[in-house]
Amino acid sequence: MKWSKYVKPYLPYFIIGPLCMIVEVIGEVLMPKFLALIVDYGISENGMENAPAAIKWLYGLFPNANGFVLAIMTGMILTAILMMLGGIGGAYFGSKASVNFAADVRADVYRKVQTYSFANIDKFSTGSLVTRLTNDVTQMQNFINMLLRMCLRAPGMMIGALIMAFLLNPRLTVVLAVTMPLLLIVLGFIVKKGFPRFGIMQEKIDALNSTVQESITNVRVVKSFVREDRENKKFGTANSNLKKAGLSAMSVMILISPAMNFFMNITTMAVVWFGGNMVASGSMSVGDLIAFVTYITQILMSLMMVTMMFVMFSRAMASAGRIKEVLGEDVDIKDDHLSEEQKNATIEKGDIEFRNVNFRYYKNSHDEVLKDINLKISAGATVGLIGPTGCGKTTLVSLIPRLYDPDSGEILIDGKNVHEYSLYHLREGVGMVLQKNVLFSGSIEDNLRWGDQNATDEQLKAAAEAAQADKFVSAFSDGYKTDLGQGGSNVSGGQKQRLCIARALLKKPKILILDDSTSAVDTATEAAIRKAFKTTLSDTTKIIIAQRISSVRNADTVIVMDDGKITGIGTHDELMKTNEEYREIYYSQNDKKEGE
Amino acid sequence: MARSLEALQRQYARSIDPKKGGMGHGPGPGGPGRHGRASGKPKNAGATVKRMLSYVAPYKYLFVVVIICMLGTTASSLFGSAMLRPIINHIAESGIPAAERMSYLMKMLLILGGIYLVGVFTNFFQTKIMVHISQNASEHIRNDLFTKLETLPVRFFDTNTTGETMSRFTNDVDNIDIMLGNSLVSVVSGLVSLIGTFCMMLYLNIPLTLITVAFIPLFIKGGGWIAKRSSKYYGGQQSALGAVNGYIEESVSGQKVVKVFNHEKDCVEEFTALNDDLRDKQFKAQFYGGIMGPVMGNTSQISYAITAGIGGILCLLGKFDVGGLSVFVNYSRQFSMPINMVSQQTSTIFAALAGAERVFNILDMEPEQPDTPDALPFGGLKKEIRLDDVTFGYNPDKVILKHISLYAKPGQKIAFVGSTGAGKTTITNLLNRFYDIDSGSITIDGVNINRIKRDDLRRNIAMVLQDTHLFTGTIRENIRYGRLDATDEEVEAAARTASAHSFIMRLENGYDTMITGDGANLSQGQRQLLNIARAAISKAPILVLDEATSSVDTRTERHIEHGMDRLMADRTTFVIAHRLSTVRNADAIMVLENGEIIERGDHDDLLSQKGRYYELYTGKKELD
Repeated sequence: MKWSKYVKPYLPYFIIGPLCMIVEVIGEVLMPKFLALIVDYGISENGMENAPAAIKWLYGLFPNANGFVLAIMTGMILTAILMMLGGIGGAYFGSKASVNFAADVRADVYRKVQTYSFANIDKFSTGSLVTRLTNDVTQMQNFINMLLRMCLRAPGMMIGALIMAFLLNPRLTVVLAVTMPLLLIVLGFIVKKGFPRFGIMQEKIDALNSTVQESITNVRVVKSFVREDRENKKFGTANSNLKKAGLSAMSVMILISPAMNFFMNITTMAVVWFGGNMVASGSMSVGDLIAFVTYITQILMSLMMVTMMFVMFSRAMASAGRIKEVLGEDVDIKDDHLSEEQKNATIEKGDIEFRNVNFRYYKNSHDEVLKDINLKISAGATVGLIGPTGCGKTTLVSLIPRLYDPDSGEILIDGKNVHEYSLYHLREGVGMVLQKNVLFSGSIEDNLRWGDQNATDEQLKAAAEAAQADKFVSAFSDGYKTDLGQGGSNVSGGQKQRLCIARALLKKPKILILDDSTSAVDTATEAAIRKAFKTTLSDTTKIIIAQRISSVRNADTVIVMDDGKITGIGTHDELMKTNEEYREIYYSQNDKKEGE
Repeated sequence: MARSLEALQRQYARSIDPKKGGMGHGPGPGGPGRHGRASGKPKNAGATVKRMLSYVAPYKYLFVVVIICMLGTTASSLFGSAMLRPIINHIAESGIPAAERMSYLMKMLLILGGIYLVGVFTNFFQTKIMVHISQNASEHIRNDLFTKLETLPVRFFDTNTTGETMSRFTNDVDNIDIMLGNSLVSVVSGLVSLIGTFCMMLYLNIPLTLITVAFIPLFIKGGGWIAKRSSKYYGGQQSALGAVNGYIEESVSGQKVVKVFNHEKDCVEEFTALNDDLRDKQFKAQFYGGIMGPVMGNTSQISYAITAGIGGILCLLGKFDVGGLSVFVNYSRQFSMPINMVSQQTSTIFAALAGAERVFNILDMEPEQPDTPDALPFGGLKKEIRLDDVTFGYNPDKVILKHISLYAKPGQKIAFVGSTGAGKTTITNLLNRFYDIDSGSITIDGVNINRIKRDDLRRNIAMVLQDTHLFTGTIRENIRYGRLDATDEEVEAAARTASAHSFIMRLENGYDTMITGDGANLSQGQRQLLNIARAAISKAPILVLDEATSSVDTRTERHIEHGMDRLMADRTTFVIAHRLSTVRNADAIMVLENGEIIERGDHDDLLSQKGRYYELYTGKKELD
């Protein structure tokens, strides 16, 4: 994992940008020297005597000193124009480089996340992935932009000004040798003191945000218990904590500017004192002294900028580290070991078999989520899966489309290990409605077409009808073109579930898995959905996870699970006779007399 | 079949969720700075500024100090530079004895040092006081905002996303803070030093000053031209960035669905389209933002050059001196700095004003209707709660409940069943006046509930809601939320009633286990039990259970039935459930359909009617 990959395509920008900045820096360093020339050779009466040859030659071109001054002035104007061009060029190439770099990184991270398995996603959590993709990439981009425009500028300016100052008067630069390290120490001290305080401030910000968020999402609880005052008090505390942290952080950072001024002034005074004496003794010219004072300002200012750059650098590195983690993550579920022939294999029938399957979510945990699962489901069957929360139902079905891979044992579809299908064809053959339903921004139609992009309008309607969604969709004034809003906020929980089922149906899968996906749908509608499955999905293997007995009682086979194990397999009637647990679930939902 | 770029942008540019926009830009993953809707032009700048200033008004005396300090800083820097003139002139002069020169230099440097020292201190105090003022003012604004929020009706929270409201606290107040703490001082001190510099320049040399002045229109024109473009492209960049971030947020959050549907390729394709568009717009924004500095800075270099040249000639003509020239060129350089600074601050100021406007919008919202002066305290429930011909809709054009009439006697259990969207939850929103009804009346012992003190009313109705919500804090604190003066024993008793005691004891720290992130470490079922315990501990005589046990599996639900019975025994209870086993033993069951009660009676009655309830209960028949 190398950053150079993102630099290479834009290498010219990365080089030309800073070069342009150098032009500006050189100009800036030369400007005070030009003024010194005017003062020393143009204005003073007998400066010419010990002037360098080049100056004498230039002076000789003009009839008088005025011409010479005007010539230098013209030189200065030209320099300024060059500097402006350099600055514009620097902005142009620097922006090109940083924008393209960030866009490429962002695209790569996004692409990488698309290859992630469920385990990878769980490891990072989606929230953190979003933060990395948005905030961290932006942080890096800002840093690079700054780097290209400042990195050479500040140190370049510092070095340039130092050289000029040294050339003007080596002895006077000794002053800088004393004040520069002192300033550096003070700045370093401030940054070191202040930085952790910003960390604390950030914590207080997070605390305040979560207080606000909590009382917004819990507003009904707050109001129904009339706890507004309590919330106000809680917020007041978080708020004043934030203020205190803010003041403590700022109280250190505001020292920077006075400290800078202090050192600048001290240095100026020292230079004037020592320089003044040198001028008096004839070892330095007035013009040079004036220039020298300007150089001091430039040097110390750039020293401050360099310090700031280090601060930014450490921040950007933290972001870079987080991005690297995403890009460097090993994707644990792959299909690149397959031969060409295997890659084209599709699921034809829909037989499923589990052989001695064991599974844990974390490789170092002792708790097995699935223990020695053996199971055969024949194509076209309807299988109900029931058991208490957390017993492993969802995990069991997740292994079929290889959302996770088992620790040991194997899963076969149509007699072939799931590893021998390409992920694409495997998942094309297996339709799954997840427990946590997600719809996306866009119209209802857009969302349904996730199942089949080439579906005709009739097919869309048919799938929606089977999922008992057509009626409410048609009742919307825009029908299937109705915009769902972010995350499907325009439809109720039960409607959302039905749309998700319709979306899965459009895939025309050989195996359809419904993971507790009718929990918000009322019993009657659910019955209608089940009935529709019978006719439209007769060849499809259907696995239905449910809480309600009524959802599974008509299945060909019902599987009862508890604590990661299968504790019973059979039809409803068989299980009622043989399985204690099943009976218990049943009676918790039905009156005894009615069951008999 | 990826969607087109235009369609994507339409879709996502407005679905940005700025809730994670952190204040400040601290390190760590905690504060991603998203600037979703942070930009935008203020509409009524004058009034907004006035109101913002009211927050700093308590510090007006400190402001006087700040202004004095600012004048001190500016004066120190101006005079400090001016002092160099006599010094340099003195040095440049030949023929002065060494001792005299030394003592003169010493004297001048001491004065200079004094001037500098004043500058350092005034500069320090000025920033120190400003930080103090701005931090206090933003604390004040945030407090006002939050306190206001607590008084807003539930409708506000139902119609505004959490993220949207959060960004008032984060982005908007943050921008105000920056403006108060930074921009204000920068602008004022910029103007002061502009005037100061101008005066000094006039004093030094009038013709040279005119040259510098001649450059001013150039600065304003050029700066304006760039600023206009840069703010235009900045807006474009922000909305493109919003679209990209919105897309990332949604598709990565739904990543598991993306995988199940083999939709990765399309996602990448759509993302690339948005990303490339951002690439273009971001470049333009950064470029125009980036040239402001060089263009303005180097224009001032040109003015510096011309000043130096003309000044040199003036010296040659004997109309100016070397020391004066060296000071003047410094001034002419400084002259452009305040102009630069002010022009850079404009975007910050606009952002702050727009943010302030949004904050003030919330502060100006109608709170929940205040109690009427003759509002009655809650007199206890002696006879009945009665809903009489109640009609209600969240929007005037869409009626949810139609002509609902029912009553409940003390200790009775009333159940509501019906398909999703039939209006069950809406009824609970009306009982404790989260929403006020459009027509009809709700009375308790004959008193209309809008004549009862609202806080009293709410204190006497305990609710267990469909969405389980917990607060950061220990389990004990969460249960005690129902009644703040409850003892530990009472907390435990309530937990037992809700059958939560046994799972709580199995947690590592029992009742002192911390709940974080809305109880992410608990299962949905466990959270529901805690919600029930919270309601159980309150002594409210009226109880509303809205799908209170929907995530508890049916076997566990069986086990907690006794507790629930005890909980409801001496309370008047309203129960909503789609699992019909929960409502069987209710005194009366209301079957709702499209906002109307279509059947009512107890379980056996309704079954024998063989109507809608019968169909729902057996699940054998379709509804339609």
